[in-house]
Amino acid sequence: MSTTTDVTEPVPAAEAAAAGTPRRVPGGLARFRELSLVPAILVLGVIGFIVSPAFLTSDNLIGVAQQSTELSLLVLAQALILIAGRMDLSLESTIGVAPVIAVWLVLPAAGGRFTGLELLPVWTAIPVCLLVGAVIGAVNGFFILKLRLNGFIVTLGALTMLRGLQIAISEGRSIVELPASFTYLGHASWAGVPAAIWVCALLFAVGGCALAWLRHGRALYAIGGNPEAARTAGIRVDRITWVVLIVGGVLAAFAGVLYSGHYGSISADQGSGWIFQVFAATVIGGVSLNGGRGTLFGALTGVLTLQLVVNVMTLAGVPPLWNQFLNGAIIIVALIISRFASGEKQE
Amino acid sequence: MADPATAPPAVAEATGIGKRFGATVALRDAGISVAPGESHALVGRNGAGKSTLVGILTGLQQPDTGTLRFSGEPAPSVGDTDAWRSRVACVYQRSTVIGDLSVAENLFLNRQSPGALRPIRWTALRRRASELLGEYGVDIDPAARARDLTVEQRQFVEIARALSFGARFIILDEPTARLDARGIARLFDKLRDLQRQGVAFLFISHHLQEVYDLCTTVTVYRDARHIVTAPVADLDHDALVEAMTGESAAAPAAGAAPATGRATAATGAPLLDVTGLTLRDAYADVSLEVRAGEVVGLAGATASGNVRLAETLAGLHRADTGRIAVAGREVRASGVPAALAAGVGLVPEDRHHQGLVGSRSVAENATLTVTDQLGPYGTVLPSRTREFAERMIKDLDIRTPGAGTPVSALSGGNQQKVVVARALATDPHVLVAVRPTNGVDVRSKEFLLGRIRKVADDGRAALVVSDELDDLRACDRIVAMFHGRVVAEFGRGWRDEDLVAAMEGVAARPAQERDTEQGEEQEG
Repeated sequence: MSTTTDVTEPVPAAEAAAAGTPRRVPGGLARFRELSLVPAILVLGVIGFIVSPAFLTSDNLIGVAQQSTELSLLVLAQALILIAGRMDLSLESTIGVAPVIAVWLVLPAAGGRFTGLELLPVWTAIPVCLLVGAVIGAVNGFFILKLRLNGFIVTLGALTMLRGLQIAISEGRSIVELPASFTYLGHASWAGVPAAIWVCALLFAVGGCALAWLRHGRALYAIGGNPEAARTAGIRVDRITWVVLIVGGVLAAFAGVLYSGHYGSISADQGSGWIFQVFAATVIGGVSLNGGRGTLFGALTGVLTLQLVVNVMTLAGVPPLWNQFLNGAIIIVALIISRFASGEKQE
Repeated sequence: MADPATAPPAVAEATGIGKRFGATVALRDAGISVAPGESHALVGRNGAGKSTLVGILTGLQQPDTGTLRFSGEPAPSVGDTDAWRSRVACVYQRSTVIGDLSVAENLFLNRQSPGALRPIRWTALRRRASELLGEYGVDIDPAARARDLTVEQRQFVEIARALSFGARFIILDEPTARLDARGIARLFDKLRDLQRQGVAFLFISHHLQEVYDLCTTVTVYRDARHIVTAPVADLDHDALVEAMTGESAAAPAAGAAPATGRATAATGAPLLDVTGLTLRDAYADVSLEVRAGEVVGLAGATASGNVRLAETLAGLHRADTGRIAVAGREVRASGVPAALAAGVGLVPEDRHHQGLVGSRSVAENATLTVTDQLGPYGTVLPSRTREFAERMIKDLDIRTPGAGTPVSALSGGNQQKVVVARALATDPHVLVAVRPTNGVDVRSKEFLLGRIRKVADDGRAALVVSDELDDLRACDRIVAMFHGRVVAEFGRGWRDEDLVAAMEGVAARPAQERDTEQGEEQEG
């Protein structure tokens, strides 16, 4: 008989219940999980400060942030896909092949060191690049969701195939004559901070808000947590998963734009081997490989942790030959930290 | 069907429904009609077409023939999810709550905000959730993570969610399968409350007793056909079983009889001897003896520790103190291989979770525990596997197209038989069976309990761990546990209310609703 009308909004009982749990936010315990790397980042900051006076300078920190941008976009893409319970390995090839195809379509057919097709006007370079990313995501989605192929292997095949496509088109060389529109975002500065950082921060903020406050964002958690339950709740599981894969491809292509602009060229092995870093950053940031759990903020802290470690080591004068070893070690250490900081098993 | 326009229209009425999947006919000219505020039971053996009917009633599947009407109006078009939900709600057998999301979010999944691009207001959402839960008298914190709820609470969340779409007709597909006796009682109280508010139920269960406890009308399906619809009071237990199976149920009424003949036998050597066994947070100081030729029941509700004890015997947990001896020899090492070697076979609690590898064949599943006997030098010879499996299939009467069929293609009862086959494959001294008849139909239940009896007849011992009275009736002797301790022991001829009282931790208690096995005193 405690039926309440919509008019009398603050029902005493309901209010008491709400007041009893003021600190609870969506996700409950997951909140600790997403913050679990923040102490690690602070510790790294302190170590960096002790190791070198150059660490706490705005130049250095902005440099670290700028170097994180491309990786962090891939992590953003992978985090969305993992939360929805899928995986996409081909992101690391998309970051290279999408810019190459775009540039190939717009560059003049004669004159330069790299011969393009000159099919499209030069200003279309970025839109075409993003479109290529979307197509890659859509094709992966077609194989995974329509033909019901194994996603891991499909994207592993795509990874290899797209890398090969890039080498074939670029004839294995770096492309240095890039359209100005294409490189602008990668090296421009807005208000003293590289444009890439602004754009990245914006994308993370948009993504984070969508995951927290939009129905379709929450649907990713439902799909990753229990696809059958999501389907019975009326969520269009396949369609949303497909969209997420496409968004992932677009983000990876966009990362390619930033990377090419940053270095002024498209190297033949752009992004090669990154997928391990991407997975490491995402998982130590608290995103579950089994889907349904994690936040973009957590994933971002994962990227920053990895990048800070490299930076601190460089400043400390650790021989670069040890970098790879230490990189691997730090991934495992970070994983252990986040395991115990969140108190949850990571299966 | 019958005369319209007299009574208020049925909340759901299906007539002449036919549905085939490829070569198999799932439903043939079947129908059902549920009146407003009625609690209607749908019973039938595994594969009788119940799930297909549920699929059609909830709009997930489209019938090939026949018509479906809700409150006199034709069914909405397929794909119009919202329209379907406002007419019929369904609580599925498998949980559809998402563990990592909060209760509030689960309740309003995919409708957390009024529009796709409108942001979710979390405080308002939690307030709506607690209002909804309060309306149905469910005391759960809407901000809690669904993973942390008990099975029972999760079920209430699902019911509340189902009703929140405005439906006045709700389908419950085996809602009691995962609950203990106390949880079932609370669930039934809640359902009766809702019924008073005018909600109609279609209740699907393998436990006929629950049908008598809760429902007023029963519909029986068999072999994809509608067999009978009658008031529960007009159909006694035997008639109901007969309708379900198509055979006279006179001789072995479910669970009641299979043990009667054997009076003595409990004089063999002790095959399982447990002394002072303790596992922190589960059970303490349990001593137990099972002799050759004996079937002992280990009764207890969900939190009583009886399942954990059974799993300890099978090597899944390591006891803190105490000793276990099998066939006179102490089992020192812990771990499943040690327990298997000592001669303990386990039928685990949840066949989907611990029992079967669904995608693998019947043969592989049935021989999973004995791969060392299937060929020399660690090889597994396909011919011997098949031979072994054929023997098990025959022994346990597993209805399967062949030994190579994936287990997931079998019905629930036959899957459970495969699990039992696996436990028996090692020819154990002691068979430990946890809720061996969970979610199987009447005939398979009888068969499985009979097969367990046969283990004892062959000079071995069996321990049946359950809170299911039908299972326990098949035992020679029952040890009851409550909160991790042995509280009572019963010989033959115990009364239901005494055993239930012991499992519930009350010394004496007025007669329970769950009555005796004859099924004659149903009140209706």
